[in-house]
Amino acid sequence: MITAKNNKPIEVLEAVVIRFVGDSGDGMQLTGTQFSDTSAMFGNDISTFPNYPSEIRAPQGSLYGVSGYQVHIGSVEVSTPGDDLDLLVAMNPAGLKTNLYAVKPGHTIIVDTDSFTKKNLEKAQYETNPLEDGSLDNYRVIEVSMTSLTKESLKDVAGLDNKSITRSKNMFALGMVYWMYHREKDHTIEFFNKKFKNKPLIIEANTKVLNAGYFFAETLELIPNSYTISPAKMREGTYRIIMGNTATAWGLLAAAEKSGLELFLGSYPITPATDILHELVKHKHFGVKAFQAEDEIAGISSAIGASFAGDLAVTTTSGPGLALKGEAIGLAMMIELPLVVINVQRGGPSTGLPTKTEQSDLMQAMYGRNGESPVVVIAASTPENCFNYAFEAAKLALEHMTPVILLTDGYIANGSAPWKIISVDELPEIKNNKVTEYDEDWHPYDRNDETLARDWAIPGTPNFEHRVGGLEKDSVTGNVSYVPENHERMTQLRAEKIKRVQNYIPELETEFASEGDLLVVGWGGTYGSLHSAVKQFNKDGYKNVGLAHFNYINPLPKNTEEILRKFKKIIVCELNSGQFVNILKMNFNGLDIYQHNKVQGLPFANSELIDQFKQLVK
Amino acid sequence: METTVEKKYTFRDFQSDQEVRWCPGCDDYVILRSMQKALPEMGVKREDVVFISGIGCSSRFPYYMNTYGMHTIHGRAPGFATGTKLANPNLSVWVTTGDGDSMAIGGNHFIHVLRRNIDLNIIMFNNEIYGLTKGQFSPTSLVGQKTKSSPYGNTQPPFSPGELALGAKARFFARIGGNNPKDMTQILIEAHKFKGTSLIEVLQNCVIFNNGCFTQFTDKAVKEDKQIYLEDGKLMIFGKNRDKGLVLNGLKLEVVTIGENGITEQDILVHNAKLEDPTLHQMLVRLEYPLATGIIRSFNDVTLEEREDALTAQVKANSKFTKADDLFFSGETYEVK
Repeated sequence: MITAKNNKPIEVLEAVVIRFVGDSGDGMQLTGTQFSDTSAMFGNDISTFPNYPSEIRAPQGSLYGVSGYQVHIGSVEVSTPGDDLDLLVAMNPAGLKTNLYAVKPGHTIIVDTDSFTKKNLEKAQYETNPLEDGSLDNYRVIEVSMTSLTKESLKDVAGLDNKSITRSKNMFALGMVYWMYHREKDHTIEFFNKKFKNKPLIIEANTKVLNAGYFFAETLELIPNSYTISPAKMREGTYRIIMGNTATAWGLLAAAEKSGLELFLGSYPITPATDILHELVKHKHFGVKAFQAEDEIAGISSAIGASFAGDLAVTTTSGPGLALKGEAIGLAMMIELPLVVINVQRGGPSTGLPTKTEQSDLMQAMYGRNGESPVVVIAASTPENCFNYAFEAAKLALEHMTPVILLTDGYIANGSAPWKIISVDELPEIKNNKVTEYDEDWHPYDRNDETLARDWAIPGTPNFEHRVGGLEKDSVTGNVSYVPENHERMTQLRAEKIKRVQNYIPELETEFASEGDLLVVGWGGTYGSLHSAVKQFNKDGYKNVGLAHFNYINPLPKNTEEILRKFKKIIVCELNSGQFVNILKMNFNGLDIYQHNKVQGLPFANSELIDQFKQLVK
Repeated sequence: METTVEKKYTFRDFQSDQEVRWCPGCDDYVILRSMQKALPEMGVKREDVVFISGIGCSSRFPYYMNTYGMHTIHGRAPGFATGTKLANPNLSVWVTTGDGDSMAIGGNHFIHVLRRNIDLNIIMFNNEIYGLTKGQFSPTSLVGQKTKSSPYGNTQPPFSPGELALGAKARFFARIGGNNPKDMTQILIEAHKFKGTSLIEVLQNCVIFNNGCFTQFTDKAVKEDKQIYLEDGKLMIFGKNRDKGLVLNGLKLEVVTIGENGITEQDILVHNAKLEDPTLHQMLVRLEYPLATGIIRSFNDVTLEEREDALTAQVKANSKFTKADDLFFSGETYEVK
């Protein structure tokens, strides 16, 4: 143990999980972001998970109005925001009540005692004050009259209104946590200076309160020592913290630049996908055309219209919006135009749980259209690889002349992680199927022999004038055709075209074991949870337990069956009632296949996964 | 802004090789031929012309035009056309639609495309009936109208397309009989010239399911007495003898006879299609006798593309980002060594 200059010892930890909770107006998202950014810049690996209500400002003090931000930092690889908490910072009774379950026994809870008033306790449905009734005896509770101390620290700052004073109490909490985990305050102070450039009073107030919290923790006898988490071993390079939705938007920017096409986004606001629209509208300097339409259908319609005219066209949405876009996706498939459809999944069905995560739109993505209308379906699996898969979605759409549905979810879309920045130069080329040289034999449905992609003849190109549409087309001329054999031929062609995408996607890889007793299978946003659980499981002494995580779902990677057959048992873990497991069962016979499913709007916990694995291997 | 050409096309250059499959005697043939005749007059390159449609009889139109075309899904053509135009503002983009396609299933897109004023042209074939699904009432069918889905008479009061369009801030609205190819051709040319969304309502007779629905206005025998053909800057005069005119009486348009009750030409209103204030245009649109045809409104306003272009130029001028890497490596990055 090292000793700090005030003689309090510093304990070195591998990783910690911290959650900040309070009212939706308490600034918990900001507090959490500051802590995670500071830790990332210190060199820790991080993973974050914001969890907030769908109401913008739910009634103060209510149980359903609690907003939280969880951050997991480590000197070792961190692949999830973590399960059990080492520290809970609760700004009010409702926050304590709804989050206590997650705190590891014996671990620390910091509360703002000023908020534990009779009224707030009632709102949180506490019959007795948990700070007094002994119900927290198994935890180390640090009671701090945070609101009063904040006021006290600002008594010399003239001209501040009461609201601004109480609003900065989150910085008192942050200051305390900075001291406890041995973090520098500089990054946050710099942030104040930038964010409140024209409000020097607010900069002063926030800085004072942050310092006050820091020094309060240092002197408080209740906190006997501080902790530190050494920098993680990460690959050399330039990093930034990135949220999944931002990474998705940036992947599209990279794809536009790489393909030499202009980026068109047709979209309609919907939680949790809207941040992609928010991000892309900023980038007019790159020639991005982001069109906020009157509804989901107009959003995708405009994107298909732009694709017809030669843009890299994208529409973004979440579950209910994907349902509305179904008919138009069918059209894009029928007229064989490139289109990227991004579905940031949320809890369904219907309006469901808009701010919570789920993986229940897989079947909708695969089959949610009339007739037989195959499209490419891929899924991102971490906040930072949303960048890669958005790029990949664009590449596949353009090279294969097809709609591509990219599935992300609320968990990775709102979560953030360090991203080793990828320069556009490092990315693969994106070709497209545009035609310019006319010859007399040309037909709109002429295809590339390898990919079966049809030619992309865009308006403005002389001699290629032609018509496309939703009616079945003759397989050569593209004219309307009701010929029975032609319809069957076209149906098969459209299926075969998607199947051949297999030749252009990477093979499936396994982690931890390439053959053995148990293969854990997942897809999309659960990668972090599954990776850390399988890693832990193997570390706990179980051998030959592999992980196969899918990013390509339609078509599946070529070697899928080969991999699955190398394991005695398979368990498919999904945040739905079992959708991908059925795709595997439908495609491959005779596998000893189990499933673990969760539909609570929450990610998997490490412990629940390990319990499942234990039942399958001795 | 479309580029113009010297090359002289004829209407044949715009005929596709597809057999036209509308019912014999349908006004759609008139619209098709008027369009094919108007296009050579517009001076636009054939490869720059795009027809986009939804679903319905009117929406088969693109297949018969030897231009670029897209037959899309029911009611959504304005969305597709908006994307096409924003992607390439050099294109001359046309939407063909019907009363059901644009005002029932596509009602939302119809009002929003008009509100935004993007430079598109919309031809609405209004026949007050669903033709392709074989004869159900539409949003423009009359109360009491007996159709396949209203055997005892329609109970749903209709929209007036022009009224709805002006309410949705349409800058250009014209109405023309489906049996009047000469004026229709001219209106199509004017719609093309107009910068902004132009809407042309064609009173299109459906010979099979709603035959004669506009005969009271469009029949050759009564046409001149029952219609007033409006032209910008000209007197609002109509009638076989050109002796009837419109005056404003309080808040109403009134029909007067020149030479009666001391009325002279000086008393007759002069049509000003360019007014920003749509009040008088709205009155003309609502008029039942005479029925107003011609270009009723043609108000020059800023288009969506112009607003977007100006904003993009401004953002570009003030931005330090020229390529994606500039963005990726900007702001709060850190080095791991």
